[in-house]
Amino acid sequence: MFIKMKEHVTQFNRVTRVNGDVALTHQESRLNPSKSNLNQTEHGHGSVITGIPIVTFKWHHVETPYLVALWILVAGLGKLVIEANHHVTSVIPESALLICFGFILGGIIWGADKVQTFKLTPTVFFFYLLPQIILDAGYSMPNKLFFSNMGAILIYAVIGTCWNAASLGLSLWGCHKGGAMGDLDLGLLQYLLFGSLMAAVDPVAVIAVFEQVHVNEVLFIMVFGESLLNDGVTVVLFNVFDAFVSLGGDKIDAVEIIKGIISFFVVAFGGSLVGFVFGLLISLLTRCTKNIQIIEPGFVFVLGYLAYLTAEMLSLSAILSIVFCGMCCQKYINSNMDERSVTTVRYVMKVLANGSETIIFVFLGISAIDKEIWVWNTGFILLTLLFVLVYRFIGVFFLTWILNKFRLVPVELIDQVIMSYGGLRGAVAYGLAVMLDENKIKEKNLMVSTTLIVVYFTVILQGITMKPLVNWLKVKRAAVGELTLIEKVQDKVFDHMLVAIEDISGQIGHNYMRDKWNNFEEKWMTCILMKPSARKNRDYVFKVFHKLNLKDAMRYVTEGERRGSLEFVRNETAFIDFKKKFDDDFSEVMPDIMADTSDDYSDTSDMRDPVPSVSLEMHEQTMNGMRPLEDVNSHHLLQQHLYKGRKQHRHRYSRSHFDVNKDENEVQEIFQRTMRTRLESFKSGKMGVAPLKHITKHLKKDQQQKVRASEFILLDNLHYNNNIRAFSEGDSASGFEASASSFPMRVTYRAGAGIENPAFMPDLDPMAQVQIPPWLAEAEVDSSMVAPSQRAQLRLPWTPSNLRRLAPLRISAHSTDSFMLADAPAAQQRDNDQLPPPPPPPAPPHGDHM
Amino acid sequence: MGSSNSSVNNIPNAQELMQETGFSAAHILRLHERFEFLDKHKCGQLRPQDFGAVQELALNPIGDSIISAFFSPGQETVDFASFVRILAHFRPTDRNQSRDGAQQEPANSSIRKLKFAFQMYDQDRDGKISRAELLQVLRAMLGIQVTEEQLQSIAERAIQEADLDRDDAISFDEFRKSLEKVDIDHKMSIRFLR
Repeated sequence: MFIKMKEHVTQFNRVTRVNGDVALTHQESRLNPSKSNLNQTEHGHGSVITGIPIVTFKWHHVETPYLVALWILVAGLGKLVIEANHHVTSVIPESALLICFGFILGGIIWGADKVQTFKLTPTVFFFYLLPQIILDAGYSMPNKLFFSNMGAILIYAVIGTCWNAASLGLSLWGCHKGGAMGDLDLGLLQYLLFGSLMAAVDPVAVIAVFEQVHVNEVLFIMVFGESLLNDGVTVVLFNVFDAFVSLGGDKIDAVEIIKGIISFFVVAFGGSLVGFVFGLLISLLTRCTKNIQIIEPGFVFVLGYLAYLTAEMLSLSAILSIVFCGMCCQKYINSNMDERSVTTVRYVMKVLANGSETIIFVFLGISAIDKEIWVWNTGFILLTLLFVLVYRFIGVFFLTWILNKFRLVPVELIDQVIMSYGGLRGAVAYGLAVMLDENKIKEKNLMVSTTLIVVYFTVILQGITMKPLVNWLKVKRAAVGELTLIEKVQDKVFDHMLVAIEDISGQIGHNYMRDKWNNFEEKWMTCILMKPSARKNRDYVFKVFHKLNLKDAMRYVTEGERRGSLEFVRNETAFIDFKKKFDDDFSEVMPDIMADTSDDYSDTSDMRDPVPSVSLEMHEQTMNGMRPLEDVNSHHLLQQHLYKGRKQHRHRYSRSHFDVNKDENEVQEIFQRTMRTRLESFKSGKMGVAPLKHITKHLKKDQQQKVRASEFILLDNLHYNNNIRAFSEGDSASGFEASASSFPMRVTYRAGAGIENPAFMPDLDPMAQVQIPPWLAEAEVDSSMVAPSQRAQLRLPWTPSNLRRLAPLRISAHSTDSFMLADAPAAQQRDNDQLPPPPPPPAPPHGDHM
Repeated sequence: MGSSNSSVNNIPNAQELMQETGFSAAHILRLHERFEFLDKHKCGQLRPQDFGAVQELALNPIGDSIISAFFSPGQETVDFASFVRILAHFRPTDRNQSRDGAQQEPANSSIRKLKFAFQMYDQDRDGKISRAELLQVLRAMLGIQVTEEQLQSIAERAIQEADLDRDDAISFDEFRKSLEKVDIDHKMSIRFLR
């Protein structure tokens, strides 16, 4: 894979080089029209027209977009290769690996070109790569957590960053004066400028590392929130010092300094304000996008980006702007937009953010392989590294010490260590360093290379050691738990309770403020920004409830597929009893099966787990990202295995609607086929081969448990009976009527998921597991009509009675229970008769085909 | 400091209260001021109406339950000592539990906190949260947007989640188990009472 890619890259570089000349000359030619004809003939771009060219090669025509696309591809492939091996990524963080991948690529390019053609330029970084990462961070920010730690975060972000900048700048300057780094053309202001660009903890690097280490949520939000906000702060500081440097040391007086400080606050708060306004705009806009649902996710991105650009245009803090934009709008757009649009926004956001993160790291690596930028000054570089680390520790410890005097839950010592150690520097620092003006700062290259070294040091070394450190210090991890309703309810109760107690004791505290804000928001913001319809079901607890139910529904579908039948949905009451009995009595009889079921549950929880899941919403989202994936999987399965009408492969393309195939004939066909398979299944059912086999086996297994075993039989027969049921008089009629009359309605029931097969009855379900081509269907029905394995049948739904709400209304149409009870003894009788030699299964008809 | 001490001395049983609840003199003093402020009739006792006079409390969906938590069953009034004892539930837990012997669990221990929260639901104090009781709390909190049916099913589901012995009610143990992952100390503490 790697080698292939290398080849690919080298090839592509050769192409670039060759065609680079062409492009260059071509540009020249445009400047110089008189020569252009000549030039073109010379290069023979098929422009000496002797006839109509069938194919022309126009590299320069597509060069830039082509290169961009290619780089995205290469970065993506790099990530693919890196992520292929989990053993490596569990030790070395992905960001570090990506940087190393960048080294290799850079080496190849250098080898081919002898010059670094590709670099991370500040324009590309700040305009095209950074915004989506920050927007994503803001959009998926756990607001409540963020605001309840807002004070601490602001203190770390503002004061901490200023401290870092000032201390680093001053110390380096002091060391310079002391003669530690030889002859450098740098003054105090330049050092401070350098300090300010080095000061910020980088959100990209921090997210990348901390996502893999599941620390507790308070610690995470502090590091993460700080890294987001202090980016804004550094950029502001950087600009102020940059202005100072251009102004020159002599002209700076008290007035200028005060102006600098004022501008600092204006830039920071102005940026946030712009973001806030744009956030409101997005919310307002999504209120009325009902008719253009297909493009409504686009608004979020476009307006978010505009917020960034607007702030940049007004020379306010663009990063703060887009953070706040994302944070403001998340709540409203999530409830205003259609659920599918919300999912789209989430996914696209993740795709963009993750993609540009990858590209950034790869390019950080590539940029290193360039002779031009490397200027080595041991003193300067090592001292910078040392000071960055030491002052980070000092700053964090000092600020936490102050904060702990006021915090309800003090930040513990271990957390402080991790916070300090998590002070990773990243691409923002590099971007700023590259932006330095060479005319004003003679030692620009030294600064750039130092920045790169600091970045590598922090991202790679600290990134790698972070996880062992967290383990070693036994940092409190995030509790990963199942979402439960009662916890959420209790959360609410706690909130109300604290407010009430504050009211009673007459204190204006944190809870009081939050309550006031909530009331205000309830009263005004939601009114203006939310759709009336969305306002209705926005209640938090209700949403959780809804989510849980959805999850259950999905679980039932998976369950049904595994068991080969959705039958249990209908007989839920029977199953509750069954489950109880099962839990109580059978665990000692059949430990293997118990283990099996429990296995099953741990399986599902595992599936949710592999994604980083500090249970912040940010992570929750990735977690959720997995869940829909499961959902999609089962959807996919369903869709694939549902009956397909002959005419289904007829695509109607529409840019704005997802249509469901509602063709009349097709529905007819499904119906007919359903009938046929029912007949078939009846036939095989009557012979009773498959189910009986299982029962017998079971009876043999624990004969002493006869009473309970008979319950099993009952259940097994349930399945069996239902095959027959369709054909027992009266019942069959109603059953068919029911399904027939519900046809048109049910077909339109669900958009986007193919045809909702009204005939997706439990007794047909085995069909769904083996996809059978229509021409074989008839013959194969018998063989496929094997009852689901015992094991499958024992996999029980989690809380079956929940299904009362989820189950289709049809359940109650006829009482299965009474029927079942009437039929059961007879069936059992028969079982016992046939117990010793289970009748050999009839020769499977598909043998003829094979 | 001297003046505050002298006024603490005016409060009956102040020392014992401080001993019992772990509040500092300043806390007791502040709470006493508040108590007297709420005590419109100056009789040293608060009645439910006095609490009702707090405007925000009237808006609080579970305000009534909280008020009633201040009154031990059968009593119409609450004096200052009990008032403080109730509030002591909300004092952040001391990290360095230096209480010697601790004859009784301090009010701010997480188990007592939880017990207090449990009482929010358990209005009839029978040690179980019945479906009706849970429903009542839910109804108060969820407001009008959620229909009664949905409310019912939410309550049912919540009970199912917690109910381990399937008696269709949540006992205190079940309640505690279901909230195992929640940081009670954190959630039921108020900063200024530290």
